[in-house]
Amino acid sequence: MTEKKLDLLQGTLDLMVLQTLAAMGSLHGYGIARRIEQASGDAVLLNQGTIYASLVRLQQRGWISAAWGTSDNNRKAKFYSITKRGRQQLAQDAAYWQRLSSMMGRVLAMQGEGGDR
Amino acid sequence: MDSLRQALARLRAFFRKAPLDRDLDAEMASHLAFAIEENLRRGLSPAEASRQALVRFGGVAQAAEQHRETRGLPALDVFLQDLRYTLRTLRRDRGFASVAVLILALGIGVNIAVFSVVNTILLRPLPFRDPQRLVWMASDRGVGGLSAVTYTVDAYEEFQRHNRSFQDVTAYDPYFGDNDYKLTGHGEPQQVAGVAVAGSFFPLLGIQPALGRPFTPEECQKGARPAVLLGHFFWQRQFAADPAIVGKAILLNDRPVTVVGVLPASFDFGSVFAPGLKMDVYVPAIMDKLRNEGNTLALVGRLKPAVTVAQAQAEVDVLMPQIRAAHKDWFDDYATAMTALKDHVSGKLRRSLVVLWCAVGLILLIVCVNLSNLLLARAAARSKEFALRSALGAGRARIVRQLLTESLVLAGAGALLGLGIALGITGYLARQGSIALPLLSTIRVDGAALGWTLIVALGAAILFGLAPSLKVSGGNLQDALKDAGHGMSAGRKHDRLRAMLVVSEVALACVLLVGAGLLLRSFLRVLDVDLGFQPSRAAAIKIDYNDGGKRERRSVVLQEILHRVSAIPGIQSAGVVDMLPLDRNRSWGLQAKGRTYHWDKEVGAAFVYIVTPGYLGSMGMQLREGRDFNWQDTPTSQPVVIVNQAAARYHWPGQDPLGRIALVNGKDTRVIGIISDVRESSVEEGSGLEMYLPATQADPEGAELVVRSQVPPDALASSLLRTLRAYNPEQPAAEFRPIQSLVDHAVSPRRFFVMLVAIFAGLGLLLASLGIYGVISYSVTRQTQEIGIRMALGATTKRVQLGVIARTMRLVLAGVALGAVTSAVAARWIAALLFKTEPTDPAAFACTVLLLSAVALIAGYIPARRASRIDPMIALRAN
Repeated sequence: MTEKKLDLLQGTLDLMVLQTLAAMGSLHGYGIARRIEQASGDAVLLNQGTIYASLVRLQQRGWISAAWGTSDNNRKAKFYSITKRGRQQLAQDAAYWQRLSSMMGRVLAMQGEGGDR
Repeated sequence: MDSLRQALARLRAFFRKAPLDRDLDAEMASHLAFAIEENLRRGLSPAEASRQALVRFGGVAQAAEQHRETRGLPALDVFLQDLRYTLRTLRRDRGFASVAVLILALGIGVNIAVFSVVNTILLRPLPFRDPQRLVWMASDRGVGGLSAVTYTVDAYEEFQRHNRSFQDVTAYDPYFGDNDYKLTGHGEPQQVAGVAVAGSFFPLLGIQPALGRPFTPEECQKGARPAVLLGHFFWQRQFAADPAIVGKAILLNDRPVTVVGVLPASFDFGSVFAPGLKMDVYVPAIMDKLRNEGNTLALVGRLKPAVTVAQAQAEVDVLMPQIRAAHKDWFDDYATAMTALKDHVSGKLRRSLVVLWCAVGLILLIVCVNLSNLLLARAAARSKEFALRSALGAGRARIVRQLLTESLVLAGAGALLGLGIALGITGYLARQGSIALPLLSTIRVDGAALGWTLIVALGAAILFGLAPSLKVSGGNLQDALKDAGHGMSAGRKHDRLRAMLVVSEVALACVLLVGAGLLLRSFLRVLDVDLGFQPSRAAAIKIDYNDGGKRERRSVVLQEILHRVSAIPGIQSAGVVDMLPLDRNRSWGLQAKGRTYHWDKEVGAAFVYIVTPGYLGSMGMQLREGRDFNWQDTPTSQPVVIVNQAAARYHWPGQDPLGRIALVNGKDTRVIGIISDVRESSVEEGSGLEMYLPATQADPEGAELVVRSQVPPDALASSLLRTLRAYNPEQPAAEFRPIQSLVDHAVSPRRFFVMLVAIFAGLGLLLASLGIYGVISYSVTRQTQEIGIRMALGATTKRVQLGVIARTMRLVLAGVALGAVTSAVAARWIAALLFKTEPTDPAAFACTVLLLSAVALIAGYIPARRASRIDPMIALRAN
């Protein structure tokens, strides 16, 4: 039986999008969605459509910018790229996320030590 | 910062829906195209490639919706949607909408109007610079009237010199008639109302003349070139707002006086210091001329920053005895009571205004209850619609929201219309110059009133909208869908809520009516007060004569004037006085000769009136003992005085003062008459100590000719003025005032409040009866079928009618009982506003109960008659 796909926590999609754009440069919506799926080893339960809510939110906050352009295979698409302020935000959020996850890791590890009481 | 940016972006997006949606559609289409392309490359069939792409995308419509919600302002979208729907349904139901808006407009309108009055008189600061630092100082001597609040020039100057709490102290002469002038050289001679103010008066208040300059210190000195400042309205009326008048001289009392400036339109002396009076011109108070005139100055001080009224009072309590000790010749009962100027101006009105405010609050509550009832009836009729919507997936919150939007729309429309009503009312009030309420002329619907409108409208919308919407949305879906909706007597629970609303409405109206009844009775009692004179068919006009300051000459001149005036057909009697009762007053020293007084608790002063023979009779005053003055009381004969009963009792307790010697300002004077007490300063308060001196033996302050006629005094105005002009061509075109107008002016604040409260009570009664009618009528409609069956089974017309009326009266009696109890509590609270009326006045309560019952009977009878005319055949066939 395959492992159940992960539901996204509130706000994590925004962070993933920012990271993807920071790493890959300019991308269109489908590209971003595919990159996230690939990077997570297809472990994320992502309705690709939900990415558009995230994109408009990030854009309205001024963390990414968008422009219509043409893809490699000559298809018109909207390309997103991260802004300077977006990078600052990403650094902040990533640091926070790492602290959170390492803390969670420590807390969950404690469970094993106290198990034989 | 970023969230602000986001909010702005959302707002922008809200207004650019169409292009953004097109953009999104294109973006999603390209997304799917990319996905299909990749799937094809992986070797899927075209159909499968497209299916897979759509599955991975996860619902195009949902994604677009999610995007839109993130992008724009979904709450506003929903609101606009509700708004459109509401407007559509209200358009369909015009009758309901117009009745609801009209009722709301009345309720909100009177609320804004009364708020504007309260705001103007109580809340808004006085229209001066830093008004919270202005203080009113009353000399607080034992006698009543103006002499009890004023100071001598010496005291004023000592005060200015010694106090440390005030930045400055200024003064004006509150004996307003003293500074009335005759303006000549601009058409007919005109009577001009003036007030003398200290040089520092305008600078201290922070009033800059709109044109020209304030008085210079030189102009306030004796012998200076006379100067005058014009009030704005006088300038507009008399000089057609000609700016060139500044610097020119005008003739006041035949003397050229230079106009040094024009005051701004925002400054209205009367509205603050003399409610109900209009001042035309301002002249400098020449202190050296007033120095020996006794108490002539009313004092206003400006506190230093951070000094409180209480601190200033504490200082003056120490200072005053020291000053008194240093000046043995001063009035030995001088003290000073300080109040913030604002409290002095409007403090006495606080309770009345709060009562007024509460009254309109009650109106608004009644309006809300009425609206709630209307909406409940409407909601019941629409219950199927809501059941259907909820069956289609509308959540409870969504339906409540929809209904609240409806209430908001109604309240908004009502508020707009109400604002119009309020503008009308305030406009009308602002023109009522004769009502002796301070600041009334400055009343307007300002920003604060608009804010209040918003609060009232929102509050009302929630108040009347919440109950019905909760009721509707909380209902059982299945029941609502199954319920045929009419013809059945089911829905008792629904009816109970509506009945409760009617009961509370009646109770509120009852409180209003009892309050209005009590105030009305008080007002009637005030009108019934024995004034000590007969105002009807008596009238007064200010006259001008020249006696050269000599008493002998004055005697001749006044005799001639009175002789000529008495010869006019229709005039019964005539006399001259310097100050009319309820108009102006002053007091002089009065003691019984040979009696020792305890000055710490007794007063040696009385109101003084300088009169000619014939005055007492013309006013309709009652001489109790002794004789009236006659022309044989000459400057050289024995000085004589007439005192009122109060003064007689006070100074000669247990004795008959007739023929005894009184000390009038220290001079031996024989008491020749005793007169009934006259209400000299207020209709509602008792009379003070009064004395009357002949104009041949004492010097009057101005002159009012009082005539008593057989015909209405108005008819005599022109012939009287002709006669006066024939004798003295300079006689100004003064106002011919019926004595009744003095009484009207004195009772005008009470009349104003009673009128408003009575109107509000009437409005409350009307609304309550509408509510009763609505509920009974509605229940009759709902029970048409049931009534039809009962009639088919033999119930008579009378029985059906009685049934409906009994139901009405049950509701009303419950309401009245509740209201009467509440009123009994509320009435005690307004007891201070009542005049010779107990808060438990049985008449007021009985009338209220009768009135409410009668109105309710009518409101219930109309649907009852309709019920009795139901044709059983038709009613039964209807379903």
